[in-house]
Amino acid sequence: MTQNTSNVPYQVMWNRMISVVEEQAQALVRTAFSTSVREAGDLSAGVYDIDGQMLAQAVTGTPGHVNAMADAVGHFIRRIGRDNILEGDVYITNDPWEGTGHLHDITIVSPSFHKGKLVGFFACTAHIVDIGGRGFGADAASVYEEGLYIPIMKFADQGTVDQTLVRIVRGNVREPDQLIGDMYALATCNEIGHRRLVEMMEEFDLSDLNGIAAFILENSRRATLERIAALPREIATGELTVDGFDNPITLKVKLSIEEDRIVSDFEGTSGLDKKGINCPMVYAKAYACYALKCAIAPEIPNNAASLAPFEMVAPVNSIVNAIHPAPVALRHIVGHFVPDTIYNALDKILPNVVPAEGAGCLCNFQVSLRPRTDAPAPKGAVRSEVLTFNSGGSGARPMHDGLNATAFPSGVMTMPIEATEHVGPVIIWRKELRPDSGGAGKQRGGLGQYMEVGATEGHEFDFQAMFDRVDHPAQGRQGGADGAATEIAQDDGTKMNGKGKQFVPHGRRVMLSFPGGAGYGKPSERDPELVRRDLARGYISAKVAKEDYGMSDNDIAKILNAVKKGEAV
Amino acid sequence: MDTSSIRMGVDIGGTFTDVVLEIGETQYSTKVLTTYAAPEDAIIDGMQQVCSKAGVKPSDVGQIIHGTTLATNALIERRGAKTALITTQGFRDVIEMRTESRFEQYDLNLNLPEPLLPRQQRYTLEERMDAMGNALIELKRSDVEGLVDEIKEAGYQSIAVGLIHSYLNDTHEKMVRDVIEENIPNAMVSLSCEVSPQMREYERFNTVVANAYIKPLMKSYLGRLEGRLNDEGVSCNIFLMHSGGGIISIESAADFPVRLVESGPAGGAVFAANIAARYGLDKVLSFDMGGTTAKICLIKDQTPKTSRVFEVARTYRFKKGSGMPISIPVIDMVEIGAGGGSLAHVDSMRQIRVGPESAGSEPGPACYGRGGTKPAVTDADLVLGKLDPDNFAGGSIKLHTDSSADALETVLGQTLDMDAQTAAFGLAEVVDENMANAARVHAVENGEDLSEYTMIAFGGAAPLHAGRLCEKLGVDRLLVPTGAGVGSAIGFLRAPFSFEANRSVYMKLSDFNPDVITNLLTELKTEATGFVRNCDETADILSEFKVYMRYSGQGWEIPITLSEEQAMNPNAAEFQELFETDYINLFGRAVDGMDVEITVWSVNATTPSQAVEPIKAASDGTAAKIETTRTMFDPALSKAVDTSVVLRTEMNIGETVQGPSAITEDETTIILPSSRRAIKQPDGCIDIVTKV
Repeated sequence: MTQNTSNVPYQVMWNRMISVVEEQAQALVRTAFSTSVREAGDLSAGVYDIDGQMLAQAVTGTPGHVNAMADAVGHFIRRIGRDNILEGDVYITNDPWEGTGHLHDITIVSPSFHKGKLVGFFACTAHIVDIGGRGFGADAASVYEEGLYIPIMKFADQGTVDQTLVRIVRGNVREPDQLIGDMYALATCNEIGHRRLVEMMEEFDLSDLNGIAAFILENSRRATLERIAALPREIATGELTVDGFDNPITLKVKLSIEEDRIVSDFEGTSGLDKKGINCPMVYAKAYACYALKCAIAPEIPNNAASLAPFEMVAPVNSIVNAIHPAPVALRHIVGHFVPDTIYNALDKILPNVVPAEGAGCLCNFQVSLRPRTDAPAPKGAVRSEVLTFNSGGSGARPMHDGLNATAFPSGVMTMPIEATEHVGPVIIWRKELRPDSGGAGKQRGGLGQYMEVGATEGHEFDFQAMFDRVDHPAQGRQGGADGAATEIAQDDGTKMNGKGKQFVPHGRRVMLSFPGGAGYGKPSERDPELVRRDLARGYISAKVAKEDYGMSDNDIAKILNAVKKGEAV
Repeated sequence: MDTSSIRMGVDIGGTFTDVVLEIGETQYSTKVLTTYAAPEDAIIDGMQQVCSKAGVKPSDVGQIIHGTTLATNALIERRGAKTALITTQGFRDVIEMRTESRFEQYDLNLNLPEPLLPRQQRYTLEERMDAMGNALIELKRSDVEGLVDEIKEAGYQSIAVGLIHSYLNDTHEKMVRDVIEENIPNAMVSLSCEVSPQMREYERFNTVVANAYIKPLMKSYLGRLEGRLNDEGVSCNIFLMHSGGGIISIESAADFPVRLVESGPAGGAVFAANIAARYGLDKVLSFDMGGTTAKICLIKDQTPKTSRVFEVARTYRFKKGSGMPISIPVIDMVEIGAGGGSLAHVDSMRQIRVGPESAGSEPGPACYGRGGTKPAVTDADLVLGKLDPDNFAGGSIKLHTDSSADALETVLGQTLDMDAQTAAFGLAEVVDENMANAARVHAVENGEDLSEYTMIAFGGAAPLHAGRLCEKLGVDRLLVPTGAGVGSAIGFLRAPFSFEANRSVYMKLSDFNPDVITNLLTELKTEATGFVRNCDETADILSEFKVYMRYSGQGWEIPITLSEEQAMNPNAAEFQELFETDYINLFGRAVDGMDVEITVWSVNATTPSQAVEPIKAASDGTAAKIETTRTMFDPALSKAVDTSVVLRTEMNIGETVQGPSAITEDETTIILPSSRRAIKQPDGCIDIVTKV
């Protein structure tokens, strides 16, 4: 027997720790009140060593939390002070710069003690319903207007919850019961992780995590560096322009692949926006890192060592490095465009790996319904807030079409419309694929989607739009065509903006067309079999089949006739 | 002979069709290869074999209970009928858009599974119900007629109807059926309000489409089966096992074939539940491990835990979200890609990974000597001394230890600087840890503490791994029953007649309406009871009431069981208390100030479970005869130990074995770790407990 028998328990323990954090995250999904957590998976959970180095993290719906979470515990150790970390403590913050990018994310950190000794930390983050201020949207001019700020502090001191904090929170938010419920849910989820960790330590007779931490970090670092070392040592630039709030935003990156690291330098990127779509660097860095990991090292789990070689620099108060007190509530919009920017550079170094541009940011909107004010409202009319998550098309890949109505880079889920209609007096009249919206190409871009949104009889509403790609559709790669742009208007033709809160009168509907992904490669090179399939399914119209892909009128008629007769195409 | 006491259980699996004939206490079983082209052939073959073993004629068989993987396979292999979907205008793509997310976050080349029906087979009608079940847009009969003409021209065999909010108001779906039946009398129609009346359009539409898609196939198969059995002189009733762990009539099965999905594994859970009842165990973890997957199920109070929705046909490493959701009552099981044939490799972090890729039967694990070069779980078991190379499958397959060692060294050892035995140790520990993790997570999700549980292990590979799993999970007692190779088919014979009806209706406790509740539950009870009454005209029928509750604003519901008294005289305070008790058990504390709501109501009508003869536990007798000894690696001790080998068939009731030991039989080997001891019980079970 070689000495490496001692490795076998470590192999088992690493597996176990990943399972522990997945379970920690699952507990949160089941107990959280915020739609974004329970339906969309906008949360994060991880386990750390005593120095605050992340050892394992649950794979959840939001890559944006990855690095933010990895850095957060270090801030907590520094702010709370080592000597002040006691058994039974629970810490809290929603600091956008030391947490995960905006006030709507609550991060809770709990020290983990075993046999009276600090052995590590658990941390988790969730996007919560409301944090007071102006409400969730882009309309604030500074972070002070965006809601209540909770600096890093003790939520519970040796098991006793700080009631002063609880009273202040309750007094400042619109849904106090839900928020306090979520804070407890986060604390519970760390507790679940802690219990499982202690069980593991007892099973393997460990008194600390030093050995397993070193094993995880060393193997992860080596694997990541091997991947980086295999890449060409090159430098390339990429850029991307999107709508912004009032003025277009340009994201620029210079990607340098070095021997033992990859640096993403955002010099030249647009400055801050007046409205709340600015992005703290910790969140932009998470998406930069996510994009690179997908392309280079997809199977290496996230931890301090596997993330460390991915570095980011950006000028202070550029839109990807907004500092206090910039408004940052909708930081996800810029964050979600970081991967496309990175890929525009990486494609020059690693051709045939990354996708064409896609819809980018999620197509989310919030509807604030109330009894109609233009005429007497019927009895039973109510006020209600309904938030939905939707996706446009993703960009075509070198070997595959883009995914229809599927989020990238975010990984969140949509809600069933039957569930949405139970939340408030909203009616989703339409939610289906948008033909012809995928950019033509050898590989076609993913289709966007149509939605139509109205209120039930007796209600009017404010529509909080959080869309982009109205003026800047996804651009094709290698000769592929652009995806279709976002469109938004009322059913009587009244124009609406891609972002901001807008009034919709009684009886009107909002008509939405979400963007498609861009194509990859020349449309003339597309497999004719796939063009026929797309026409039969109605992914493309007869017009596009003819104009973009050169299909003959005769073939088109044949296919449409076969569909009518129910014959296979 | 009283023929009503001769019963036959038949389980069609992916590889084998298992047939068990039971006369009183005696069982005669056989395994024959599944005959895909005409599955009934294997049944007839197997029936003749067991009948001749038992010395009875097929016409003597008094009852046949049948479960099959055919429905599941038809969905996985896309071998269904030419099917159309009719849905609400604006929602043509619900089954294609899924959850709009990627089930694997880091794979840039990920593709999502194709929907069962491509877009051109999905049609829409202008109509709309709101979330209260009121018509916002009435459905016009003339529109339906126009559409049905189109569908007729396209020549569909089967039609699924799924309209928005139809679980609240089914009149539009029923009008569509009426028009189809008038105009296309041969077409089969499935309505979402009948197949799966639950909120969430993606799950409901997908379920009704799946039902319609496999209906012609299953109806034709069940018809042929009845015919063939008649030809053999069998005239008894045939019943079908459903995914919820009960049995239904052949007519109901033909109408709702989607309920047959996962009937085999459900039989396995019922098998374990029956053993639990014999031993009076209220907390049991069933562990079924075969060649490619392992299944784990919690059995509380001798009843397998059930769920309302599950996923079938996973396309990507058994990953959650990569299959299609089916919302029907189902026994809640975790299935992971870990079996005797699961293959191992080393990833870029120098970690050993096992499964879900499997060696299958060709070439099989390296030790089969049929050209397999990658190490499988069976190879590790062999190198660790858990298997005897000369006595595998009753000696019918000679195993090659050298080939296993080669594969382990080449694929794992060279990268990790391990010899073959250490690599085997690592491989076995990783696969056992994967299964243990799945069990732990499942337990925690259900608020259960496994250290209070007893494990029941069956399936070919389970007895080799169950002992180590118990060590890892802190489970002190393990039962390995006889007949473990045909557990599902035996389980069919133990299942009650049952049918679960459920409905989504939202109600907050602050809006509690006892009359509505009583009416709804009575209606569900009538519906469910009707299906059971079809199977048995006289039996007692019990009703089990369940409501799914959560804090208003949450997304995940907790099933709460109500007594008949609580269901028929509903009281808000009582509901609240029941909910909070379970919530605290699951999550530690209740949430003050939040309203609680009920989302789904369900009634399960069932005949009483079969009376069991409680086991009179054997008292410790003499030590069992030790046939021989060999060396085996004990992972808990991290070293090789001298191990006794005992033949199971030679063990008498009450005889004991001290671990480490290998208790062998033709089908499998039970591994007793150093930490355990075993005793043979009167029913043949090997009862394994922690040494004191």
